[in-house]
Amino acid sequence: MTARIGVVTFPGSLDDRDAQRAIRLAGAEAVALWHGDHDLQGVDAVVLPGGFSYGDYLRCGAIAAQAPIMHEIVAAANAGMPVLGICNGFQILVEAHLLPGGLIRNEAGAFVCRDQTLRVENATTAWTHGFEQGDLITVPLKNGEGGFIADAETLKRLEGEGLVAFRYVDVNPNGSLDDIAGLTNERGNVVGLMPHPEHATEPGFGPDTPSAMRSGVDGLTFFRSVIERTLAAV
Amino acid sequence: MPVIVVEVMPKAELLDPAGKAVATALAKRGDGEFTAVRIGKRFELHVDEVTDAVLAKAQHLAEELLSNAVIENVVRVYAAEDAVA
Repeated sequence: MTARIGVVTFPGSLDDRDAQRAIRLAGAEAVALWHGDHDLQGVDAVVLPGGFSYGDYLRCGAIAAQAPIMHEIVAAANAGMPVLGICNGFQILVEAHLLPGGLIRNEAGAFVCRDQTLRVENATTAWTHGFEQGDLITVPLKNGEGGFIADAETLKRLEGEGLVAFRYVDVNPNGSLDDIAGLTNERGNVVGLMPHPEHATEPGFGPDTPSAMRSGVDGLTFFRSVIERTLAAV
Repeated sequence: MPVIVVEVMPKAELLDPAGKAVATALAKRGDGEFTAVRIGKRFELHVDEVTDAVLAKAQHLAEELLSNAVIENVVRVYAAEDAVA
């Protein structure tokens, strides 16, 4: 049996095809989902991909969070279905209140694109259990509005309850509080992060590693984790 | 045609790089008496008629959709005679 993982395309999505490709490389079937539908087509998990949905109008992710399919995704997420938000997808999860806080313009005011080292802070979620806590991984990061903020009380709760999934290492590229690169919800089925694991899934096209140029495939573990979790649940 | 105006500003403690760039440009022009600039948003919601119900709905939308309470404040929601432009 093959896991079926949906990828939602919104107007202005950029990395939906890359996310589909990453899912196939990890061994699952990628299912294209459309923002205007109310149909999740029976998928086992959903990826909200990166991009600039609605041209970042209003706020990044704010209009996409109102899309018809988000009704089904919010309901499914609350019922335990794994959902991964990457970059703009993370912004959509925050605007849909599936994850707390907000994402604002990078501290330096400029778009940042780099191979980013992350530390896995929570290796128990549907999307991260293939890692060990404390693992250092490298995935590409590319955003203009990736600065994570939250009020002091929320930040304390995130840290206290282990809801920080990933933290930036060496460089904080966007001024995120507590170097937060990604979050999980309490249940561990909803994960969002600014860096792009789907861009580190195929040798020759990933980030550089000490062993060879463009050989980094740390992102595969996200998708393999959710495939394993999905098939185990059947 | 009456409109309901919603004014939203970024929270004071947040960086406003666009406002800062404008302030710098003003200082370079010699207009340094304007010591800081902050840029917010003005929404004009066109309605057929301003009622308490529609004003309350606009207030709700201002807080739930037109702004994000984590990063912005709703400054004012009020009825106006007409759109500005």
